[in-house]
Amino acid sequence: MKTSPDKLTYRAVEAAARQSYGRLVALLSARTRDPAGAEDALADALLAALNTWARDGIPKNPQAWLLTAARNRLLDHARHLEVRDRSASTLEILANELYDTPDPDALPDERLKLLFVCAHPAIAPDMHTPLMLQTVLGLGAVEIGRAFLVSPKTMGQRLARAKTKIRRAWIAFEIPAADQIPQRLEAVLNAIYAAYGSSWEDAAGRDQRAVGLAEEAIWLARVLRDAIPDEPEVRGLLALLLHCEARRPARRAADGRYVPLSEQDPHIWLAPLIDEAERELAVSATHARLGRFQIEAAIQSVHAERAHTGHTDWVAIATFYDELTRLAPSIGAAVARAAAHCEVHGAQTALAMLNQIDAHSVISYQPYWAVRADMLRQLNCVHEAAEAFDRAIGLTDDHAVRAFLLERRRR
Amino acid sequence: MQYALLIYETPADFTRRQQAGDNVPHFGAWRAYYKAVVEAGIYAGVKPLDAPETGTTVRLRDRKPLVQDGPYASSKEQLGGFMLLELPSLDAALAWAARCPAASYGAVEIRPVDSELQRRLESEDQPR
Repeated sequence: MKTSPDKLTYRAVEAAARQSYGRLVALLSARTRDPAGAEDALADALLAALNTWARDGIPKNPQAWLLTAARNRLLDHARHLEVRDRSASTLEILANELYDTPDPDALPDERLKLLFVCAHPAIAPDMHTPLMLQTVLGLGAVEIGRAFLVSPKTMGQRLARAKTKIRRAWIAFEIPAADQIPQRLEAVLNAIYAAYGSSWEDAAGRDQRAVGLAEEAIWLARVLRDAIPDEPEVRGLLALLLHCEARRPARRAADGRYVPLSEQDPHIWLAPLIDEAERELAVSATHARLGRFQIEAAIQSVHAERAHTGHTDWVAIATFYDELTRLAPSIGAAVARAAAHCEVHGAQTALAMLNQIDAHSVISYQPYWAVRADMLRQLNCVHEAAEAFDRAIGLTDDHAVRAFLLERRRR
Repeated sequence: MQYALLIYETPADFTRRQQAGDNVPHFGAWRAYYKAVVEAGIYAGVKPLDAPETGTTVRLRDRKPLVQDGPYASSKEQLGGFMLLELPSLDAALAWAARCPAASYGAVEIRPVDSELQRRLESEDQPR
């Protein structure tokens, strides 16, 4: 007999899915090494929950119910295919272990292993973030594709290919050896940062999905922090994301206009997020192992001080950027460093720094042209400034930033 | 690989075009986008089209030409022009389409150029 699920059941299933998706996919795939199969099984379990919970009521432990249902799906599927050898024995383990302990909370959290699998060197780097968003957070190919400007169909195919590779190449679900952690961790941190970055550029606030991904990225960083609390770079990343997120309400004026950081009203920054960021940064500092994300968080921390002091310590920021370009050179850091030095030593010195950056690598890098335009304007190079503004305007995909730059170009 | 970015605009967008000059936001944004595309070395052509009401549509029905004033005004947004870009992938095309000013106020459709058909059309000795 089929019962149509009511609103309450829908909400219960939705809540269980949101809370437990990543944990359950990680639990199952850590045993089968097959995230795609685990996702399918969980999807089936969620579908079954809609009907069963509507009929029998919401179970006391929804997560345990979903785990049992998903596990049974996997076992049915395996028996149906009559798989042999290693998969069969894995399924034996799966059956026994998860039968003995049906409560997922009593089992170890395997999400960290799943994060390391998603950012495995055997997986194409541009798929690290999409894989995490899908397997750990349960986001669909449509949402992920939108965030990365890739068509949903293509994103779906790429995700499927990556997950097939995980299964067929038999990538181990394990936390890397201690000496490998820093190198492997970097890919995980970069992927989480990219998830946040994909939403940040589009911070108009009117765009709900952008805000959504930002929250997901912060959530992933917190999962990682809980799993490896002694790794200062993890806390550095979390602090960086929290500082950026704290400024979200200030980044756009009431009428949607873009407001650059230097003109933001610090009183509308979100103080609780700043406080949390500062706490994370303080803990990371006790390890005395500086890294890229800690430095970037420290820079944002200096900016945040303006809420109390009323001014920005550009000397400190310029020094941090010197350190950052030395420790983790990138085009973005080099451009930001020049912009910071512009505040300390003036546009002439800063422009010389910009000119040292490889010209080919900045042809389509929007921030370079925006920063350059501002420096040239300060130096009264009217024509060159207009040219640089044009490049910055032509390269942005944010309507508010475009309007802001057009306005500035006219001044 | 060539991609065509088909630009769809509303009647108001067509009217806005009449104001020129780099300091006019609409024109300034387009001019800047054009320059960025050229600088990136991916530019393969652009053709802005005049407003839909200047268009005339021809169909041959029962061997008689059927001429109609304008295109079908079925949707609010009409084809306003197209840009051809030389790019390695759809992903690259999507990134450039997002930067196109029309993506913010109208719509940009991306179509790969059918180079196979083009090659056949342009080949001189077609089998009969």
